[in-house]
Amino acid sequence: MEKRNLTCIRCPLGCSLVVTIDGDNIDVTGNTCKRGYDYGVKEVTNPTRVVTTTVPVSDGVDLRVSCKTSGDVPKDKMIDVIKDLTEVSINAPVAIGDVIKANVANTGIDIVATKNVSKKKSNLKATEVPKHEYKKAI
Amino acid sequence: MRECDLVIIGGGPAGLAAAISAFDSGIKDILILERDKELGGILNQCIHNGFGLHTFKEELTGPEYASRFIDKVLERKIEYKLGTMVIDISKDKEVVAINPEEGLFHIKAKAVILAMGCRERSRGALNIPGYRPAGIFSAGTAQRLVNMEGYLPGREVVILGSGDIGLIMARRMTYEGAKVKVVAELMPYSGGLKRNIVQCLDDYDIPLKLSHTVIDIQGKERVTGVTIAEVDNTGKPIKGTEETYSCDTLLLSVGLIPENELSEMAGVELGITSGPIVNESLETNVPGIFACGNVLHVHDLVDYVSEEAGFAGKSAAHFIEDQKKFEDKGIEIQINTGDKVRYTVPKTVHPDIMEDEITVRLRTTNVFKNVYLNCYAGDKRIVHRKRPVIAPGEMENFQLKKEDIKDLKAEEIITVAFEEE
Ligand SMILES: Cc1cc2nc3c(=O)[nH]c(=O)nc-3n(C[C@H](O)[C@H](O)[C@H](O)COP(=O)(O)OP(=O)(O)OC[C@H]3O[C@@H](n4cnc5c(N)ncnc54)[C@H](O)[C@@H]3O)c2cc1C
Ligand code: SF4
Repeated sequence: MEKRNLTCIRCPLGCSLVVTIDGDNIDVTGNTCKRGYDYGVKEVTNPTRVVTTTVPVSDGVDLRVSCKTSGDVPKDKMIDVIKDLTEVSINAPVAIGDVIKANVANTGIDIVATKNVSKKKSNLKATEVPKHEYKKAI
Repeated sequence: MRECDLVIIGGGPAGLAAAISAFDSGIKDILILERDKELGGILNQCIHNGFGLHTFKEELTGPEYASRFIDKVLERKIEYKLGTMVIDISKDKEVVAINPEEGLFHIKAKAVILAMGCRERSRGALNIPGYRPAGIFSAGTAQRLVNMEGYLPGREVVILGSGDIGLIMARRMTYEGAKVKVVAELMPYSGGLKRNIVQCLDDYDIPLKLSHTVIDIQGKERVTGVTIAEVDNTGKPIKGTEETYSCDTLLLSVGLIPENELSEMAGVELGITSGPIVNESLETNVPGIFACGNVLHVHDLVDYVSEEAGFAGKSAAHFIEDQKKFEDKGIEIQINTGDKVRYTVPKTVHPDIMEDEITVRLRTTNVFKNVYLNCYAGDKRIVHRKRPVIAPGEMENFQLKKEDIKDLKAEEIITVAFEEE
């Protein structure tokens, strides 16, 4: 029989779990909700994570857009996911949920945008930008 | 001068939630003033997930969480001004702001909600010896650089302080190809959430050294190394425990302080949280000025920020509708911090005008195991709850019921403490 002390990361409460592994029997204590139970079982059988990062945007009001895996990927694939995104960029406009890269690192999971980035209003060069009236303050 | 029922300063999660709830409580003439180019506050740079599980029953990233609230503000057509910095507030709720289009302008408000958030403590506040080479960043600055500007501050990193932003940046920098060598924490416990230690350090075998601090920074132009040492229980470095790490970057994640320069201009009294002292309605000592979110006390979970701010919005709406009730609040009862309690929000309650139930939020002074959260009204115990573990990094809360305190006399107090039984 093996006992493992884990911290549930399914939500920010971070309950302290004790997972008891006895052959095929896995028992979890210390969890506050069902998600914690599932996490405890999964963490000792098939640990996974959601990966979040950013990719560059062209033509957008922001330089980068934040994104995440649309579901869990195996823990040992996290770095592969990041590596698979090094060359990826996207054109504005981007909406939350847009697929940025399908089947990232062959995980069967997509990378989706987590922020809206609208297109830059105009592509005027800096010298052509119309002058605003900046009133003197104070 | 423009007049407005409710002016909200700051368009982060606190300001947004306050606006939505004030609107839904019947106040339509609302103006949000935000100095940044977009709504959402600091959440825009918090790209990791884990937000909103308690509010939306799903795990969202910072920008996704913010967008839920931004959408609600847009749906209600609540007015907001971006790129607009508030520079002064007076006692009679005249707000002075400035932006490029309108220059300097004044607004007279019936009520004001302070939702300016917090900022990071800087190196200056820390007294680390040595030169001032390039390569020292606050963790939040690094977060902004990496996540919003796509610029990696360095390749080999030491992090001082185990606050959540530092932990999250340890993982983020690792993703971007940097090597995070160690996280040193002065206290014998981490200031961050447990889940962040698991997900951001343990997952990548980044060591966390508790009771350690930086005693020397090497390099003149750019950081070339950092020496850390273990400290004794008075915080003094212990000789012989020094370890030097070569690195080009030092991130500081040594805590946040509420941003209250404006509050002080309005004559708002600040307390031990470095935020305003508030009553049961989250109202400051200046009538009609309310506070919520990180400007009031630093929160670790944005869900609680939204909840608290929603309540502030509702209170402000009540104030605007019925100022009389707020003028005559009846007797005021102090909430005392008893054993092992650093602070409570609110600090005072007026049983006559309070809602049937309010949330009291508090933090402890240290890590304790197997204690009870006890609350006494006079000498009667009204809350008694077992807490297996409490830590300064994790905010606690309980519901205070009007029924339990309505018979208190003016000279009696409410006491909150963590006790053995
Ligand atoms: C760098 C940093 C990183 C963080 N990362 C996390 C995290 O990863 N996870 C987490 O749960 N919490 C994080 N937090 C805590 C986070 O701040 C809260 O969860 C939440 O964002 C607080 O909401 P708020 O609205 O009170 O403050 P904020 O989000 O800070 O919003 C305050 C807003 O007020 C505006 N403002 C300030 N002064 C003025 C002025 N004078 N005039 C006009 N506008 C003004 C600011 O521009 C800002 O948009 C972080 C905090 C910081 C400082
Ligand atoms: S067990 Fe439930 S409440 Fe506890 S951390 Fe996990 S998800 Fe959150």
